[in-house]
Formats: sequence, structure tokens, C-alpha cells
Amino acid sequence: MNITVKPDSPSATPVLEVEATEAPRQLAKHAPPTPYQLLMRNDLPSGLFLTVLAIVTVVVPILHLVVPEGNVLHLSSYSVTLIGKYMCYALLAVAVDLIWGYCGILSLGHTAFFALGGYAMGMYLMRQIGTRGVYADPVLPDFMVFLNWKELPWFWHGMDQFWIAMIMVVFVPGLLAYVFGWLAFRSRVTGVYLSIITQALTYALLLAFFRNEMGFGGNNGLTDFKDLLGMDLKQPGTRIALFVATGVCLGFGYFACRYIVRSRFGRVVQAIRDAESRARFIGYKVENYKLWLFTFSAMLAGLAGALYVPQVGIINPGEFAPINSIEVVIWVAVGGRGTLYGAVVGAVLVNYAKTVLTDALPEVWLYALGALFVVVTLFLPKGIVGVLPDLKAKIDTLRQQRARRAAR
Amino acid sequence: MSTPGLRGGIERFGNTVGRVLNRGGSASAPRLDLSHNIILYLEGISVSFDGFRALNNLSIYVEAGELRCIIGPNGAGKTTMMDVITGKTRPDVGSAWFGQTVDLLTLTEPEIAEVGIGRKFQKPTVFAEHSVFENLELAMAGNKSVWRMLFAKMTPEQHLRLDEVLETIGLKDHRSARAGSLSHGQKQWLEIGMLLMQDPALLLVDEPVAGMTPQETERTAELLVSLAGKHSVVVVEHDMNFVRSIARTVTVLHQGSVLAEGSMEQVQNDPKVIEVYLGDGH
Repeated sequence: MNITVKPDSPSATPVLEVEATEAPRQLAKHAPPTPYQLLMRNDLPSGLFLTVLAIVTVVVPILHLVVPEGNVLHLSSYSVTLIGKYMCYALLAVAVDLIWGYCGILSLGHTAFFALGGYAMGMYLMRQIGTRGVYADPVLPDFMVFLNWKELPWFWHGMDQFWIAMIMVVFVPGLLAYVFGWLAFRSRVTGVYLSIITQALTYALLLAFFRNEMGFGGNNGLTDFKDLLGMDLKQPGTRIALFVATGVCLGFGYFACRYIVRSRFGRVVQAIRDAESRARFIGYKVENYKLWLFTFSAMLAGLAGALYVPQVGIINPGEFAPINSIEVVIWVAVGGRGTLYGAVVGAVLVNYAKTVLTDALPEVWLYALGALFVVVTLFLPKGIVGVLPDLKAKIDTLRQQRARRAAR
Repeated sequence: MSTPGLRGGIERFGNTVGRVLNRGGSASAPRLDLSHNIILYLEGISVSFDGFRALNNLSIYVEAGELRCIIGPNGAGKTTMMDVITGKTRPDVGSAWFGQTVDLLTLTEPEIAEVGIGRKFQKPTVFAEHSVFENLELAMAGNKSVWRMLFAKMTPEQHLRLDEVLETIGLKDHRSARAGSLSHGQKQWLEIGMLLMQDPALLLVDEPVAGMTPQETERTAELLVSLAGKHSVVVVEHDMNFVRSIARTVTVLHQGSVLAEGSMEQVQNDPKVIEVYLGDGH
């Protein structure tokens, strides 16, 4: 190989520099970066994650649909669903990291928004069953016939339209987060108090959704789904379409969060996290910032829930359980709070461990999760993704010391 | 100087309407009116914390463009006074007006910052995880609504202004350093830089030279003196040499109210002041 770079070759000089006069050049130095530069600058891990995500989103469908069964490389529909689930969890983790890692709002009730999004999707899927239900009622879902209800509750109207359901998937969690946040942030509820009332919120919803009168199927929840947009949910093609949609949503959700944390809005939010009253004295309306970030995060969580439900085939009040929300926080802490890719890594690794462990030693899982959280909090405050940079820094200092010793 | 209730009510109503119409707009704040050449009126302000009177019928007037030093022994109420002006603490009684038209007691902290009052804290509070550049960027004057910030890009002029401030506060070589990694004196300077970026009409500066080296102190004095005139500056400081070097008018606080006011010389020769404040040393 014989490649030489001529630093003074004319082609290496940007045309702009040549033509610019002195004064504009000073301004041109500060020319705003292009959106792509803004997104990708100094962020190898995010680039890596998005690349891996793109590859997974393309390769998994091929391994499932194209590679024949029996071949070593064939992916079973079980695995596809599993990976799809992990991606939903990853989106939820990103949503939690956005508010906890970047704004210091520790929400211990975020699966409430996830479940609400899931219920909105579930309602649409229920309406699609039509006469194929056990009671073959063309309008009422089975559980309503069972409860002797004569007509559809008002909030079930329109949910047979996909677009209305999709709006509800983000609107309902967003509205709840907005109202909740408006009350909480106006009153300057922060820290552990906020965490506790988020727990109360999800617990209250858990109890409410357990009740049959609520009209969401009581403790059985919504299940026995048949098809989505006319596509049979049991067909491999539909499952793959859902899988790809999840991959795309995760990618866009990640992208959006990254844009937010890299914008000046994101820097304000991190400033609020580090010194809230200082941010107020500079002139930032802290409540509004928290409120919008919280609402956006809840909408993302709702989207994750909506993608999750058709893949697992059921949504029930158990999703509101406070323990679930705490688990999400553990994923984020394990992966690395304050880095979006850390949240993804944490969600995938912890859930993979959960899949393996609950299969092999089911009774050990909760202890293992607890131990993992303790170990990470004590020894890896920056989470798993914080290990590599720390290690590199350590090696660098060692090297410098050695060089200094050698120089002496 | 008490505003008739009706006038105040109409103004407050107008402010509210203005805020609603301009949601997120920078023009939502009432304009600063300096027609009587007084920028800050504090009148009869009292604040109690659990029975302790931090401020007791305090009245202070600050002229536009003035550099005012406030001294007083510990617990005299200096920081509480700043808290009242910036909206952190609400007084039990009294009134606080910014110029002729802005009633500070009806505004929140961000609104007070928006109308043009900037504050530097006693303990330097910079945003530790942000770079020096980002700290200044965050403090920059302008519309600070959520949607603007989401798509905000710095104009070349703003970049130049930021570079200018970096130069002024001597942190040009540290522009991308983490603010948390700066020395104590540098943090103080960064905070002053943040005030400059905010470009407020009134600067409240709480103990600016605490923990600074003599050279740094000298440069801070120069900077504050140069700011007066264009801005009004209120400095709270313990360091008497520093106060002597910059002060034109000094106000001495004691037990939450004004004990004496005048030039440094007048104040130093006031027997009451000597007794409560300089007494120990004499």
C-alpha cells in the first residue's frame, strides 16, 4: 500500500476558506453544524448502537423467514418475539433514562405509562376480534358479554379504528403524565417524595384496572387477540412486521431522545438536574422543562407498551405492578444512567439474564436482581457502559506514569 | 412611595394578560422604567424564620448605574435580602419594586431573572457537569422557553459575544473544560461571566472575592467597577479592603435593618457602626 497524503494539495483546502474575506471568515468559524453533525458528533456508542439495531432489524427477519427450519441459523418465532420484547423494554428504558439520567426525576411508576399504551393497543386488538370471540358478539368484547353489559362504554368507541387507537397510545399516557407532572412539579415536589407518589400512581392504576367495572377486562386483562390491520397475529409475516416496526420505533425513539439531550433544551435539563435553583435564577422555568420532558418520556413509554402487547399477546393489570417500574430503573442503573445507550444495554442484558435464570433457577431470579443492583450501585456507579472508559483512563494514567519513570 | 391598590391591581392584571398572550415570548415581562433614576426600591421589608427576624423593616433604595456595597456582621440579613429580591423568599410585609413598574413580589424566580436581575451566589454554583462554554451559553440572555431551547442554535454574533466574555473572565483556554474541575477562583469568575452573559440591569453579587487570591481580587474589583454605570451592581462582601477599593456608597446592615449609609469614610466613623461591626477590632 502506497498512500501518501499531501497536506498542502489544493483539493484539501475548502473552497469557502479561499474565497472568504477576513471578517466573514471569523463568523464562518462558528457556522452552525449540520443536523447530521449535531447528531453524531463525538458519539461513537450511539452510532454503534444504531448500526447494531439496523443490522438486527434486517437480519432477524431474514434468519426467521428465509433460512429454512432445521438449519442452524434459523431463528424460531419464540426467539423473534423474545428479541422484539427486549427492544420494547429498551425503548422503555430509554424513556426512563431520559428523565432520570438527564433530569434527575426518578420515576418509580413509569410502567404505568407503558401499560396504558399497551391497553390502548389492546383495546384496538379486542375490537378486531369481532364475531370470532367465544360469544360471537360483533361489537362487545367477550368479557363485556360475560359481565352482561349491553353496550360499549364510551371510551371503547372509536378504538376499532387503528389511527384513533394509535393516537390514544401516546395521548393517554401523555395526558396522564402532563396532569400528574403539572401538579407535582408546580408544587416543587422533588427527590424521594416524587418517586413515592409515582409509585402510588402506578399502584392506584393497578387497583383500578383490576376492577371489572372499569371496563378493561378486570384481572384477566385483554387477550385472545386475532389480527392487526387485517393481518393474522399468528402468521410469521405479521410477527416479523411487528418486529421491524419495533426496531424502527426504537431507532426513532432513541434518535429523538438523543436530539433532545444534545439540544440546548437538553443542556438546560441537565443543568436543572445538577443545580435546580441556579437554573431558576438564570431565568429558566424549571417546571415547564420538567413537565415537557416527563410528558415526552411517558409518551415514549406508551409507544413501547403498544408495541409490546401484540407481540406477547396479552395485557393485564399486572403490568401496573410497582415492582415492574422498579425493575426498569434497575435496568437503567445497571446499563449506565445518563447515557442513552447504557439504558439499552442494561435493558437487554438484564432481561436476557432474566430469561435464562427464570428458566434455569426460577426462585433465584429476584435475589440475583437485587444482588446485581447492589453490586452495580457499589462498584459501578456509571453502570456497565461506564466500565470501559474508566478502564481506559486507568490504563492511560498507568502508561503516563511508566513513561515518566522511564524518562527519569 | 406606596402604589395605590387600584393601580397595582391593574398593572398586575396587565402583566398576567401579557404573560398569557406571550406564552413563552420574551416580551412577556413588563419593561423596566427608570424614570426616577431608582432601579430598586425595598420598603419596610420584614422576614421571619420560625420567630427569628432575619429582616426587620428594611428599606433600601439603589440608584440606576450605582455600585452599592452592603456590609454587616454575620446574620445581619444580607443573603436574605438577596433572596427577597430574587423571589426565593417572600417577605411577611413590605414591598419590593424594580424600577417604577415591576413589582418583584408578584414574580417567580425565572420571571425576575427575565426582567433583568442577575445573581451571583456566595458559594460558587456553576453547572459542574457542563463545560465552561456551556455554562455561559446557558446563562445567555434571550428567550428561555422550552420550544425555543429545543431548536436553539447560537448565532455567530452570540458566539462572538461569548468569546468576549471568556476573554474578560480569563477562561479562554478553559472553554471546553468541565466547570466542576475549575479552581475555586475560576469558578467565581465563571459565575461572574454567567452574569455578564445574562446582561441584567441589576447585578446582585454575593461575596465575589471569597477564596480568591489577591491578584484575582484586584481583577474582580476592576471588573465590578467597570460594570457600574451601564449596570447597577449590589455587592455583599466581608472583605473590608475590597469594599474600600470599590465602594462609593456603603450600606451597613445590622439585625435585619439599615444601621448606616454613606461613603466608606462616613460609615467607618459612625459610632453605631464602630460599636456593632468594627467594634471588635478597635
